[in-house]
Amino acid sequence: MKFPLSWLKAPLDTDADVTAIADKLTAIGLEVDGIEDAGARLKDFVVAHVISAEKHPNADKLKLCMVDDGSGAPIQVVCGAPNAHGGMKAVFARPGTVIPVSGEALKIGTIRGLESRGMLCSSRELLLGDDHSGIIELAPDARIGEPAAKALGLNDPVIDVAITPNRGDAASVYGIARDLAAAGLGRLREGDLSPVPGKFASPIATALDFPAGEEHAAPMFAGRLIRGVKNGPSPQWLQDWLKAVGLRPISALVDITNFLSLDRGRPLHVFDAAKIEGNLRARFAADGETLLALDGKTYTLDSGMVVIADDRCARGIGGVMGGEASSCSDATTDVFVESALFDPIRIARAGRILGIVSDARYRFERGVDPEFVLPGLELATKMILKLCGGEPGEVVVAGRVPEWRRQIAFDVRRVKSLGGVDVEKGEIVRILNNLGFEVSGDMKVAPPSWRPDIEGQADLVEEVVRIHGLDKVPSTPMPRSGAVAKATLTPAQRRLRTVRRLLAARGFNETINFTFIPRAHAALFGGGDDARQLENPIAADLDAMRPSLLPSLLAAAARNQARGFNDLMLFEIGAQFQSGQPEAQANVAAGLRIGQGARTWTKSSHPADVYDAKADMLAALEAAMGSAMTAPVKAGAAPWYHPGRSGTLALGPKVLATFGELHPGILAAFDIKGPAAAFEVFLDAIPEPKARSRAAFAPSPYPAVERDFAFVIDAGVTADDVLKAAKSVDRQLIERAEVFDVYEGKGVADGKKSLAIAVRLQPKDKTLTDAEIEAVAAKIVAAVTKATGAALRS
Amino acid sequence: MTHVTNELEKQILGSVSAASDEAALEAVRVGALGKKGQVSELLKSLGAMSPDERKVSGPLFNTLRDRVTDAIARRKTELQSAALDARLASERIDVTLPARIEPQGTIHPVSQVLDEVTAIFADLGFAVAEGPDIELDDYNFTKLNIPTDHPARQMHDTFYVAKQADGSRHVLRTHTSPVQVRTMLKTKPPIRIVAPGRTYRVDSDATHSPMFHQYEGLAVDEGITLGHLKWVLEEFYKAFFEVPKIELRARPSYFPFTEPSVEWDLRCDRSVPGKIVFGTGNDWLELAGSGTVHPRVLAMCGIDPEKYTGFAFGGGLDRLAMLKYGIPDIRPFFESDLRWLKHYGFPALDVPTLDGGLSR
Repeated sequence: MKFPLSWLKAPLDTDADVTAIADKLTAIGLEVDGIEDAGARLKDFVVAHVISAEKHPNADKLKLCMVDDGSGAPIQVVCGAPNAHGGMKAVFARPGTVIPVSGEALKIGTIRGLESRGMLCSSRELLLGDDHSGIIELAPDARIGEPAAKALGLNDPVIDVAITPNRGDAASVYGIARDLAAAGLGRLREGDLSPVPGKFASPIATALDFPAGEEHAAPMFAGRLIRGVKNGPSPQWLQDWLKAVGLRPISALVDITNFLSLDRGRPLHVFDAAKIEGNLRARFAADGETLLALDGKTYTLDSGMVVIADDRCARGIGGVMGGEASSCSDATTDVFVESALFDPIRIARAGRILGIVSDARYRFERGVDPEFVLPGLELATKMILKLCGGEPGEVVVAGRVPEWRRQIAFDVRRVKSLGGVDVEKGEIVRILNNLGFEVSGDMKVAPPSWRPDIEGQADLVEEVVRIHGLDKVPSTPMPRSGAVAKATLTPAQRRLRTVRRLLAARGFNETINFTFIPRAHAALFGGGDDARQLENPIAADLDAMRPSLLPSLLAAAARNQARGFNDLMLFEIGAQFQSGQPEAQANVAAGLRIGQGARTWTKSSHPADVYDAKADMLAALEAAMGSAMTAPVKAGAAPWYHPGRSGTLALGPKVLATFGELHPGILAAFDIKGPAAAFEVFLDAIPEPKARSRAAFAPSPYPAVERDFAFVIDAGVTADDVLKAAKSVDRQLIERAEVFDVYEGKGVADGKKSLAIAVRLQPKDKTLTDAEIEAVAAKIVAAVTKATGAALRS
Repeated sequence: MTHVTNELEKQILGSVSAASDEAALEAVRVGALGKKGQVSELLKSLGAMSPDERKVSGPLFNTLRDRVTDAIARRKTELQSAALDARLASERIDVTLPARIEPQGTIHPVSQVLDEVTAIFADLGFAVAEGPDIELDDYNFTKLNIPTDHPARQMHDTFYVAKQADGSRHVLRTHTSPVQVRTMLKTKPPIRIVAPGRTYRVDSDATHSPMFHQYEGLAVDEGITLGHLKWVLEEFYKAFFEVPKIELRARPSYFPFTEPSVEWDLRCDRSVPGKIVFGTGNDWLELAGSGTVHPRVLAMCGIDPEKYTGFAFGGGLDRLAMLKYGIPDIRPFFESDLRWLKHYGFPALDVPTLDGGLSR
């Protein structure tokens, strides 16, 4: 909502300057988005008299001017403008003035040997327009030395206010003036709202034509015919105001409706009565009905939209935009003025569907003052009679003002208990009265007709506090529950944070990716079904809620590879979606390693493989649990992994994590240069750590013994089988058993492999004798042989 | 006898000095102090001497043995030291070759700022609450007093998930405010929570991303007022931006779920392009929307608005990261460009704490 300061000062009697007004507007909730103040911007430029303008002795196209800027002796200025001439009044910049177009301060210069002590300015140099063909010539009566902005008529700053959707009443200059007056920044002038008597019965009637139960679509439709008007350009002041807010002056009749829409928040429409057939009525459009509107476009309407129609066809989209065929022109002699009420929801819907942004729609969808239908019509009548002449007919009205009166019992202590600020009761009443609320002795408050947003006591508190001043609300410390703050994170939240920092510490770069991905990608990861689709994706290929984090990471990796980064370690912690239902989402930590490993002279890196992913997965799980992961890994995982190089870790039926090298088909689908290994840790499935107290530290005083065994086994036997068999021999004595070598190839038969394990025996109660050690070793060999068919390698 | 021992000593010490490595030195030692060594033989001869002779020769021979032993030990140390020097010299390599490469991981700025925000609010007694990304229309809108016809519900603002088999139709939450609803529905006052998370709006341009992050605060108790809200925000922003003082400006505003509604601007200095200093200057930066929880919202969430009042506030988490760490554009937050991640990311061990400081 924009308006020039002079417009505001019509209904508001105030001495406040634009800064004070802007500060107050922001303070009371009418946020000033900007002030376009050419006067302030150009305050250093003055009106000067060009005493003489002779040809520059050393240049054909330059002139040597003597300029009087009112400060004393004439000033010598070199000017290149062809229109510079003696006797003219021009805009003058003294040395040191910052020239808007360049942003630089003007210096005293020497041009072709002659000193120039200032500049005569063009429109473009002042950023007032594109004209650079010559300097600005001011009116002859411009006063030498006074600000050029005043002579240019630019001393009227334009204020731009952001109106919140609840404040339809402030979508008018008058409404803003009313708020400012209530806040003590001046006195409100109400204006003359007295009715103009009609001189003849209206030949055009208005009617409301809605099915029962739908009357609220347009509860009131008033109008008046004015005969014998003379349409033409509106007066300069009106044109200036409309131009200042970005409207194009059209004709007096149209400009009057635009003026009242902005000035009073009362949208009106003028029909050329000669182009109307019969009477006017508000009705629903027929589906598919079309209308050529004032913006020159033809709109196809539907039955949810209200039109104003005559006996022949629709003549306007009610509350949104009028029709071209019945619009006023300079030839109009009889004008019918419409003033009506429309349902805000239907207006918003029609405007949205049709894509029409108009001042009328803006006001109707925020809610206009229902009591101002007729006063607005009278104001329009008076302006038309004044500017266009003519003879007013009688006002015709269909429908009535819907009931809006209500009372709110106001416990004034609420101002303190909600707002936190002490305001005296007298001040509360004064504020409410100034805003147009009626307050009874027992604090029953009746909001005015223009404030449909006021529903309860909290709204009244807001009115009081915003006018009293939010800056007066004292900052009030909240009580602390204890001197030392307590921990607040849940175990799950802590776990997530630990895993995140663990993965970063392992060298992964954390990413955050969109949770919606291409449907084709989702389908590769068990998703892509209808239930997880978005109805209105931001882009056609961001339409599926992701069933896994891996497609996000793979797409990110592909983008990075396209930029030449082939070795990547990316991770994300976020949600994957099992369905389209709330809470059918799980927190997952997923990571992806891609590439051959960094090229380095140390040869210390290697291509990403399943054992990297396994280590990442185990580290993440152990960080999350705060203890070692003892559950076994099972071969195989989801189909996006390599079937022979992937694994799953589960506790009973709960899958905690999967990992592995990615399926070549997946890599091809994402155009990834491999190798690639990934893991997914399902954070929500991890059991919460139990509160543990550590056992007492009791190391055995007896020496541990380590024995190595090399077995030749079938290639298909797993390391887990061998270790399990070895450990089963004596769970008390065997502290750990670990694989330290695996070999296939020369010296080992085809289809076999050699697996070497180290077993550590830790006696608790005595030192082992050689015989005892040999006995255990023999049992280990026997157990492994029995379980796996292994032979001890000789 | 003195003459004999002096000669022998001279001869042995000469051999010790001449020994060029530990093996030669060992040969000298055996020749002197070994079983049949010259000094050992002399010592053995003491046994056949008379007490008087022994009194004279004993000290002489023992002194000889001690001197020879010392000389060998000294020479041994010298030889070892020389050998070590030679070995070290031979082991010299090019230490300017690069170290073994270890990948440098990073924490995303949003995660880092999230940890900062939760650390501050934990100290203010606010726990972290969470809710799902796919949200009930009821929680995202209705229980927040956003009427059915409100423009925010339109498809041009809100992402809708396809109709489910059970006929329900859900939204991607447009703000973190439904977490307020979830919290109030299951918790009795006093409530103090902060709810960070991903949020979604149908909006994509230079300054908007269709997915972004918000943080939301809620306090409900007896006697909570706008004054408490002001204090919490002042303390929070002061701590977050790590400046000694800040100045907040309150502006009345409108949100359906708060009444009165207040927006907060932070005084700042933006006179140097690309730089923001908080606490001074003549500019204002819009930071948070807030207000007193609308009585209807309290009632719809099962809390008696006659007994309890509360405040709620919210802002952009990404925006906080951008402001604090000078990140100019929101869109790269979610593009996973490795160069951006490394440039704006944080080391894993830079855990924000109140005692150590939130940032370095």
